[in-house]
Amino acid sequence: MLSLQETPERKLRVATVSLAGCFGCHMSFLDMDENLLDLFELVKFDRSPLTDIKHCGSCDIGFIEGGVCNSENVHVLREFRNNCRTLIAVGACAVNGGLPALRNQLDVREVLREVYFEQPGVVSSTIPNDIELPLLLDKARPINEVVRVDYFIPGCPPSGDAIFKFLTDFIYGRTPRLDYPLIRFD
Amino acid sequence: MSLVNSSAGGVLEPILERYSRNPHYLMQILRETQEHLDFIPQWAVGYLAEALALERTQVQAVIDFYAFFYDSPHGKYRILFSDNVTDRMQGNAALLSRMLSKFGLAQGQVSGDGLVSIDTTSCTGMCDQGPALLVNSYTVTRLSSQRIDQICELIKGQTPLKEWPAEFFRVEDNIRCKDVLLSTEMVNGQALKRAVELGPQGMLAEMKASNFRGRGGAGFTTGVKWEVCKNAPGEMRYVVCNADEGEPGTFKDRVLLSSFSDRIFEGMTIAGYVIGASKGLVYLRGEYRYMLEKLQATLEARRKTNLLGKDILGQKGFDFDIEIHMGAGAYVCGEETALIESLEGKPGRPRIRPPFPVTNGYLGKPTVVNNVETLAKATLIAQKGGTWYQSLGMKLSTGTKLLSVSGDCDRPGIYEYPFGVRIAQILEDCGARNAMAVQVGGAAGTCLARHEFGRKIAFEDISTSGSFMVFGNNRDMFEVARNFVHFFKHESCGFCTPCRAGTTLMCDLLDKIANGKGTDYEMNELSRLYQLLSTASHCGLGQSAGRPVNDTLQKFRPSYDRRLKQKDFVPAFDLDAALAPAREIMERDDIGAHLGTDL
Repeated sequence: MLSLQETPERKLRVATVSLAGCFGCHMSFLDMDENLLDLFELVKFDRSPLTDIKHCGSCDIGFIEGGVCNSENVHVLREFRNNCRTLIAVGACAVNGGLPALRNQLDVREVLREVYFEQPGVVSSTIPNDIELPLLLDKARPINEVVRVDYFIPGCPPSGDAIFKFLTDFIYGRTPRLDYPLIRFD
Repeated sequence: MSLVNSSAGGVLEPILERYSRNPHYLMQILRETQEHLDFIPQWAVGYLAEALALERTQVQAVIDFYAFFYDSPHGKYRILFSDNVTDRMQGNAALLSRMLSKFGLAQGQVSGDGLVSIDTTSCTGMCDQGPALLVNSYTVTRLSSQRIDQICELIKGQTPLKEWPAEFFRVEDNIRCKDVLLSTEMVNGQALKRAVELGPQGMLAEMKASNFRGRGGAGFTTGVKWEVCKNAPGEMRYVVCNADEGEPGTFKDRVLLSSFSDRIFEGMTIAGYVIGASKGLVYLRGEYRYMLEKLQATLEARRKTNLLGKDILGQKGFDFDIEIHMGAGAYVCGEETALIESLEGKPGRPRIRPPFPVTNGYLGKPTVVNNVETLAKATLIAQKGGTWYQSLGMKLSTGTKLLSVSGDCDRPGIYEYPFGVRIAQILEDCGARNAMAVQVGGAAGTCLARHEFGRKIAFEDISTSGSFMVFGNNRDMFEVARNFVHFFKHESCGFCTPCRAGTTLMCDLLDKIANGKGTDYEMNELSRLYQLLSTASHCGLGQSAGRPVNDTLQKFRPSYDRRLKQKDFVPAFDLDAALAPAREIMERDDIGAHLGTDL
């Protein structure tokens, strides 16, 4: 039998993370104001800066802010891909590389030298280095160059309303659609 | 500074004078400048901008837009290998690397002594006698290793092009099958006289009676186009002949231009007579530079016999003359509004339509833009009448069509058939015994598999601008599609994002699949991009750029599938290698400094 559902049968599990991003997309997420309350009726958070859970369990949605600029980003992104049924790239950095990708024109060795030796006022004789520190990739990448990505929400950042519309469309089984007013920024 | 300027004036002033310092001739002025100086130096940009009262950036934008203009030295000899899929099938890749290694150069590099640069370019329209190349815009056909070696010697000896063997530059017509256009004799002026007897209205009535449709690809009814333009308000009107035959695999206009140019010019004059224009413009693609002098001589001969000029054929007030404008390597200029932009001396970006050129065309005036073949055939309608023409071919596709046949067949060349001819008939006639696929209408056209060879060439079924490329059993249709998509990426004018970014993304996906890193993910993305390109692009270029992929995905799916990984997703690049520069500077090699390939 098909029946109209007022709400999904169970709460969907959502994990979120900011890779090479600025947490702006997460701020925008919080900026959906009272819609947050409605959303919390529908979803439950797994790994996320909101919960401080450190590793991702089995989830329905992975919400990725930021691109991939170092080896840790790769590991985290792979963890999300392995555990989330659906992966969503949120915001310009995750979609295109965004601001961190501005360094892609430069050699990463030159970038490190410039930052740790050449900048006026920098007193340093070494580039911070420890086995605990992730290495930088030669270029910052959008996440769909590293793993398969199911959906993209553009914007820098996407508005809270856009994120809410997208997630609720998805949760109710509608193909997510952001109409023009939700993706225009001028 | 004054020294530079006086020598600058020495070269540039005569050119500027020849074009009356009219900024609409910027393309022609730049071409001639480059013919003198081998490239267009910055001082020339400044000089021309000032002389033409343009902004420096406007001049620079034109140089940047067209593939054949160079703003930095590209050598005394600038070699461009034609890189259509037919050139590939004829072995151009081996010849290109042979020439590169003779000079110790990489593709696109200029030799240290400033002598030569070697690169590739889009289809040069010599598919029936390739592989071909352009040297300083002049066409060399039938390349072989021996011919490449000879060319290298000539370049090393700095032999001027004029002294190269004429055989190198020989371009055959290769007319294999004639119907009414190619077999009907015409004394120059005959069709025009008949048109004048009929009067403008009478000639227009013949055009409409013929139900003749334009041969450039879109198939708009020519009589209607002429009538709308004739009735459009305006003092000046123009007739433009679109000879920017850039669709890969098309070369029928080349043959008409080289052996039937009187018919083309006469067709333009008739069009001018009907719509009341006094000026005609031929937009000749840069790849056909070798024809320019001969075409100009034909025009001069027509002026001498009063078939052009003032009071043509003694008709008081029937003034019409024709100018030839050269393009400079931009496929998109085959689109009529881009072509008009280019004629006006600007980058060839398609305009927003409407308004259409018939009301707002060249310099904003009513303009008829017709394909070469269309104009040539207008003379036939004048000679023999619209009713006669209407009886040929099919109901909605009257008359005949010229096809440029190339690829895996014994007799590549020009075939003229009445509309309605079946693909199988053409394949039999051209000696294509093991055809697996035919690409009709060029890269932007339709890919047909064997089960579709019963279909017909006609606006009712498979419409085409004339390209007909045959692929034999042993061809890899994935590589064919990849060649076409790279072509579109190169030729995208960059104006709209769906096309600019979409063609690049499509190339990246196909390259990734070609590199053995494709998965189902890429296949889905290709379909998604095809939808996006075909619905969201500004002009026909972007709208059709995904077609070769869509067609081959449907009809030659295994050529894609056998390259795919049985995995969810694989990155296009090596993640571990991407950490190498950081490993080097951090002097690390521990396990944390590496990335494995598995998720």
